[in-house]
Amino acid sequence: MSDQPQTTRISAQAHSGRDERIVFLVMAALLVAAPLAVYPFFLMQGLCIALFACAFNLLIGYVGLLSFGHAMFLGSAAYVGAHAAKVWGLDPGLAILAGAGSSTLLGVVTGALAIRRQGIYFAMITLALAQMIYFFSLEAPFTHGEDGIQSVPQGMFLHLLDLSNQTVLYYFVLAVFLFGFLVIYRTINSPFGDILKAIRENEPRAISLGYRVDQYKLAAFVLSAALAGLAGATKAIFAQNASLSDVHFSTSGEVVLMTLLGGMGTIYGPVLGAFIIVAMQQYLGQYLGQWVTVIQGAIFIAVVLLFRRGIVGEIAHYFKRSL
Amino acid sequence: MLGISSQQLFQQLLVGLINGSFYALLSLGLAVIFGMLNIVNFAHGALYMVGAFCAYFLLNELGLNYWFALILSPLIVGAFGALLEQLLLKRLAGLDPLYSLLLTFGLALVIEGLFQNFFGSSGLPYAIPKELGGGRNLGFMFLPNYRAWVIVFSAVICFSTWFLIEKTRLGAYLRAATENPTLVRAFGVNVPRMITLTYAFGIGLAALAGVLAAPIYQVRPGMGADIISVVFAVVVIGGMGSILGSIVTGFALGVIEGLTKVFYPEASNTVVFVIMAIVLLIRPAGLFGRTA
Repeated sequence: MSDQPQTTRISAQAHSGRDERIVFLVMAALLVAAPLAVYPFFLMQGLCIALFACAFNLLIGYVGLLSFGHAMFLGSAAYVGAHAAKVWGLDPGLAILAGAGSSTLLGVVTGALAIRRQGIYFAMITLALAQMIYFFSLEAPFTHGEDGIQSVPQGMFLHLLDLSNQTVLYYFVLAVFLFGFLVIYRTINSPFGDILKAIRENEPRAISLGYRVDQYKLAAFVLSAALAGLAGATKAIFAQNASLSDVHFSTSGEVVLMTLLGGMGTIYGPVLGAFIIVAMQQYLGQYLGQWVTVIQGAIFIAVVLLFRRGIVGEIAHYFKRSL
Repeated sequence: MLGISSQQLFQQLLVGLINGSFYALLSLGLAVIFGMLNIVNFAHGALYMVGAFCAYFLLNELGLNYWFALILSPLIVGAFGALLEQLLLKRLAGLDPLYSLLLTFGLALVIEGLFQNFFGSSGLPYAIPKELGGGRNLGFMFLPNYRAWVIVFSAVICFSTWFLIEKTRLGAYLRAATENPTLVRAFGVNVPRMITLTYAFGIGLAALAGVLAAPIYQVRPGMGADIISVVFAVVVIGGMGSILGSIVTGFALGVIEGLTKVFYPEASNTVVFVIMAIVLLIRPAGLFGRTA
């Protein structure tokens, strides 16, 4: 599949499991050892955003749907998770579930609307719906407007793990990330995932084969929303806040950038892209200020013009492997 | 009437019509570009902002007043648009239209980031031209002359564009090239140049909206990003297939937004998106759309 000259579609490489499994073990090992060398807060930020990007990639990379409003799932789950932990005093695990549950519901409603149109219209609809959620978050009382929800307690997970301990917290976040990642990996490599790819490649043919493509699209959309919410609620617990920037349009744009840069339709691309962009913000943000936006825009233009497969996609293409 | 003074009602109606003018001009430009290039120009809001800044520079650097800006700014920004099409968008012909969406999104980030760097996020004032200062009392409300001008002028521009595309020979070529570019090329029409000029024209409309907006809102780097999501919703509601549709939808939604500010202010930011959701449920192709 990767050898075909046709590159007009956003398409993934064919799958051969072995390389992917080796890369997974390397990635997991690196992440387990990473706190020895890298500041854990940065790593946790990277993991949550990476899960967010993987969830986004499930739609663009495997169904061909470009959502320009994914921040609504990250942000709404962050708000609900933060509210559940702080005001209701729920166990952090339950708070995260509440957050992911709310974004799942939001995914059902917005997904049912958005899949009624395709392509660029889908992008505009998701953007508009996300903007609606943004204005709602700005005005709803429980989100505290401009202040956001601050000093969310990290709490004791299942009365066993003290998440206020930085090391415990890191491995908790890592476990959430790996769980989400494996759910996506399993989905892509299932018969369900094959039908999603069939829809991406040729929707009329999938319809003619008897598949109810709208149901498949909606299922993928809801799964993506749920996992984006899992990332958002986990972020609210570890970073101890939920704010308007989580639902802001720029967050929706950034997740598109990360996935594009890493490689749309690759499994590891979004993870790499997320860590690159988060590192750029964390370590260069203070020197660059507003230039970060300009650089992000320039990366968009460069990737679209020069290496549409993204970093991981180009590497995989060069070695004729799937990653 | 419901404790709302007619004064307030007409004021908000006027604000709604003003916003509607900008929605109409912007969604019209998007529709024209979409028709010819089959892309959604995400940089539309950014170029609307550049149009306003262009008027500001013309006044403060070159001393050229509003009336010059009204002609020069769309020409300058339109020429910049033609350059973007030649240098960047042209290379994406034949690819999935999502790539051009991503490219124009990147362009919007670069342009808005640059202006943010040099001008901060606060607004720069742009005075109302003295010929249009003041206003008149209509008995039931006070109508500032400049606002009346914006509404009338936008409507004239919108309907001239409609006339140009739907009723003239040039428009017929354009529509034919939209349907079948290869065949129109075979008849000796320079389709690539037509594509470039169409993009420049759509961008010119955005810049024109920016000049009109400059005296009403301040000239701000963020002004485009604020309006673009509403304009996208307008485009989804109207359907991009129809020129007249995008004009009518633009004005109508501006008015509805204005009325919402009177009767239920909490929802005024979101009403357009709610209407979009309802339209998607009832008529997924949009009110004036031809196919889904």
